[in-house]
Amino acid sequence: MGSLIRRGTAVLLRMDDVSTDHIYPAKYINLTDPARIAEHALEGADPTLRTRLASVGGILVTGHNFGCGSSREHAVITLQGAGVTAVIAGSAARIWYRNAINLALPVLVCPEAADRVAEGDALEIDFLTGRIRDLTQGALLQGQAVSEFVAELIARGGIKPMMREKHAVGGRL
Amino acid sequence: MHAVHKILAAAANRKAVAPGEIVNAKVDLCGINDIYRIVIHAFHEMGGRRVRHPDRVAIFMDHNAPSSTLVGAENQKAFREFAREQGIRHVFEVERGICHEVAVQAGLVRPGEVVIITDSHTTTHGALGAFSTGVGSTDLAVALIEGELWFRVPETINLRLEGRLQDGVAAKDVTLHILGALGTDFGNYKVLEFTGPVVAGMPVEERMVLANMAVEMGAKCGYIQPDEATLRYLAGRVRPPFRVQESEPGYRFDAELGFSLDALEPQVARPGRVDASCPVREAAGVPIDQVFLGSCTGGRLTDIAAAARLLEGRRVARGTRLIVTAASREILEASIAHGYLQILLAAGASVTTPGCGPCFGLHAGVLAAGERCVTTSSRNYPGRMGSEQAEIYLASALTAAATAITGRLTDPRDPALRR
Repeated sequence: MGSLIRRGTAVLLRMDDVSTDHIYPAKYINLTDPARIAEHALEGADPTLRTRLASVGGILVTGHNFGCGSSREHAVITLQGAGVTAVIAGSAARIWYRNAINLALPVLVCPEAADRVAEGDALEIDFLTGRIRDLTQGALLQGQAVSEFVAELIARGGIKPMMREKHAVGGRL
Repeated sequence: MHAVHKILAAAANRKAVAPGEIVNAKVDLCGINDIYRIVIHAFHEMGGRRVRHPDRVAIFMDHNAPSSTLVGAENQKAFREFAREQGIRHVFEVERGICHEVAVQAGLVRPGEVVIITDSHTTTHGALGAFSTGVGSTDLAVALIEGELWFRVPETINLRLEGRLQDGVAAKDVTLHILGALGTDFGNYKVLEFTGPVVAGMPVEERMVLANMAVEMGAKCGYIQPDEATLRYLAGRVRPPFRVQESEPGYRFDAELGFSLDALEPQVARPGRVDASCPVREAAGVPIDQVFLGSCTGGRLTDIAAAARLLEGRRVARGTRLIVTAASREILEASIAHGYLQILLAAGASVTTPGCGPCFGLHAGVLAAGERCVTTSSRNYPGRMGSEQAEIYLASALTAAATAITGRLTDPRDPALRR
């Protein structure tokens, strides 16, 4: 296993228990096109977040139990479509976390990040060590390192490319 | 090993498994809901051609039942075509009801087996001794292709429910009370097993409420050890053989918590958070626009019977609407056979097609901004049942019925409701 590092700009959602209804309201659940799914990212929490994320291609920094509630995978697809390249959460709800790693959206659990990081800070996350460097503040935060299993899944682009490889489906889809 | 570990070990063809390990386990039931057409997309994207075991797959037309939108109708049509192409027999059409109820009634959930459904409340089936968990669309598609799926073996928590529930107090009140005490993520990734005299004394339908709401505590699965009542409930539905797993004697849970429930009163979760619970008494009197009796949490025969007992010979308050959605057709038919539905209709209820109804904000009874709803369903996050500006109170069927009668949030033991 090599490395799994993401750099980006912090976009803050200082809130615990951000549910899948906040991330992607159920009224849009019948949508299947990722571009249309992206149009409703975090609409139930703070509609301005999507614009902020779009402008910086950000790292979403949030509180405890992020993604609680429904199993809808839209709650990951919508963040990716809105430009989220990584998530730092105080803790992550199980199904959402699993959907995120399946779709290669890396998630770092760091309980203090939402209090310490400021909006717009430049961040560098090393998922294998669990360290977050806040380049703007010159601060170092320690989160929970992800397991080798999860790191490999993400490094290989998520479970879809792995399955395509295994079942020998050539070319880009 | 815990019973759930034994289930996973057997499904992974291993002698033993330990918490934290990742195992590939054979899946006995893969359930798909009509709103997740992206399962079919993921299946094709990953190179899926044939579903590995079509007999272990079930498709449930439950969230848009029957569809009231064009996109919902197109998604259901795509599922019917997929089922035909792939030889999937278990297609439960729009009249059948919610996956968690229908799968059990159709005999597709067996103790000791592995169940995944694309719905978070799949924790419900732990009440029948299965390892049962909700998954996303891509995971489900992987299981369609491979017949198995990876799982991280979960840690375990024992919730001992001690004492005896008072009249007017139901499993829903117990879960809201536990949520209020422990919060929304104390069970994250873990098995929540419910034990103790309160569980032993509950009918299986009520035990299913405990396991159903385990996901609101973050759990990977709920679990209740099958007993005589479970086997009686399953007899005639489930074809043997199946193997009930039991935790080894002296098994030590990773954590144990006890709740003494003798003095528990009917509970309500205030709007916005499932763990914002308090005795109904403390929030009583709030004017309510809509009461919803239904969902995989609170739409069973036990719930409809409880509501009918209170509403018999009474009317729903002027200015309040009561929506009744049986969790399944079987429950709807039983409600008619017992005369419950006639009582509810005579009281002024609006009865809709069995299914998820307005629980998730898309169908038959969504809320407008500024409206307040008391619901027997499971979630009260902003926007869950329609407008983000609507307020949702979670409660038992009895509290819902009492509220429908008065038009205000009401404790079902309120002296004014005594006959």
